[in-house]
Amino acid sequence: MDKSLKVNIQKKLNEFDLKVDFELKRGCLGILGPSGCGKSMTLKSVAGIVDPDKGIISLKTNEETTYFDSDNKINLKPQKRNVGYLFQNYALFPNMTVEENVACGLSKDSDEKRVSEMIRRFHLEGLEKRYPRQLSGGQQQRVALARILAYGPDVILLDEPFSAMDAFLKEQLRLELVNLLEDFDGFSILVTHDRDEVFQFCDDLIILDKGKVIAQGPTHEVFENPGKVQVARLTGCKNISRVEIIDDYHVKSLDWGVEFEASEKISPGITHIGIRAHDFSAAGKDEVNVFGTNDSSKLEKPFEWEITLANGLWWKVDKKIHEHDFVIPEYLKVDPENIILLEE
Amino acid sequence: MMDWSPIFISMKTASVSILITFFVGLIVAWGIVKMKNDTIKIVLDGIFTLPIVLPPTVVGFFLLYIFGVRGPIGSFFIDFFAFKIAFSWPATVIAAVVMSFPLMYRSSRGAFEQVDSNLLDAGRTLGMSEWKIFWKILFANALPGIISGGILAYARGLGEFGATAMLAGNIADQTRTLPMAVYSEVAAGNMGDAFNYVIFIVVIAFIAIFIMDFVSLRKEKQWK
Repeated sequence: MDKSLKVNIQKKLNEFDLKVDFELKRGCLGILGPSGCGKSMTLKSVAGIVDPDKGIISLKTNEETTYFDSDNKINLKPQKRNVGYLFQNYALFPNMTVEENVACGLSKDSDEKRVSEMIRRFHLEGLEKRYPRQLSGGQQQRVALARILAYGPDVILLDEPFSAMDAFLKEQLRLELVNLLEDFDGFSILVTHDRDEVFQFCDDLIILDKGKVIAQGPTHEVFENPGKVQVARLTGCKNISRVEIIDDYHVKSLDWGVEFEASEKISPGITHIGIRAHDFSAAGKDEVNVFGTNDSSKLEKPFEWEITLANGLWWKVDKKIHEHDFVIPEYLKVDPENIILLEE
Repeated sequence: MMDWSPIFISMKTASVSILITFFVGLIVAWGIVKMKNDTIKIVLDGIFTLPIVLPPTVVGFFLLYIFGVRGPIGSFFIDFFAFKIAFSWPATVIAAVVMSFPLMYRSSRGAFEQVDSNLLDAGRTLGMSEWKIFWKILFANALPGIISGGILAYARGLGEFGATAMLAGNIADQTRTLPMAVYSEVAAGNMGDAFNYVIFIVVIAFIAIFIMDFVSLRKEKQWK
């Protein structure tokens, strides 16, 4: 029995054409991209809130359900899709209590037991009679999740679930959501612009830019081998430079004025290289991929030194909270294995 | 002896007209909010708002044109029901409905537009029917604005003078509403009787505003 969620849609938007195509076979898919890249639009199309111009969306569990099929003129109403959507602002009904919010998607018969079960599961005991505005941001999110899960969806869609929260709350709720998704045996899609979130939650990843899929695959692979400049940037590579190819294993960085050796053979399509900010280390003068650190400046953070070299490279070094001194070594190197070769 | 008939006529007219104005205004506002074509939307919005911008006598002029003996609707009623609308009691209701409609329509439209559209989409993804979404989410969350629109429309209908005078006239015991009675008594030099009517109108208006503030304040407090 192969479960899958197939999405292949096109839609004309003001700024660009959205064109996404993916098939989800397990767990949680992350859609990462800058704001306005079409990721929320994709999610809304799956939920049926927005209609694509063309394409197919179908879910296969025990049976196959076609949500949308432009060729056969199928467009299932959101009410019939059995999809849970967690809105960025949670969209709790302000005129209903916590209890009423959780119960609103249920038919009368199974009501009370299921509601109290969800209230317990999401630690909302004692808050049943409160209105959403009387709750904290974290409690609101729990109510929204309880409401979705009470409904028993096949697919859960999460639209930037942590964007409106302070850092502390975010950490805590991320943990709760990770646990929740592990228990949930349907599919879920998380849309976000935060790479840490997709890394934590998602087995597979899609990177969207201006409506196009620019990278796709298991999350760890995409992070390790971004392949394209834009993907490297979105997965958090701090240092990216245009390069000139010297020979099969050497490039000259045009932005930093340094030559680098790579561990793989450089194909002619390579236009940029990337170096992650944590991948530098102190070195002797005669090693491979070495450069001087004259005129660099450092910035202290609680658990990290952030060093900016004169040529614009960023280096991050972990530290302990009570360490306040750091001497920048005279020379730094990058292991050839850590030179990320990129195409435009 | 004070003539009580203007009070009864006015209460009857205002009550019947608010029933019509409330539901029609609500439905029209919902239709306009849902409308996708902006040009039609703007034109219709202009037409529905016109009665509060135009002088009441001008609105009355148009009403007379439509409901008068030779007007399209007026002559239809005469031919088929042998009923003359102009200068009858129903004419006071027509004038009050048309004049108070914009207040109801605009208030409920504004209140609908204030409701976060994500709430409606959330309702849809949770399997709620469109009917349930309209009443339980949209209407319920727009209620304070809708109620204040309704009460303003009620007060406006109660105080209607110009269009009523044109379409319904000022016939004692039939179409003489409170504002009409105030005018007639003052014209006849009976300041004392006019004063009684004035007091009555002021008290009703004050109660209406009090209810409006009370209801919207209570609702907001409950949710906040």
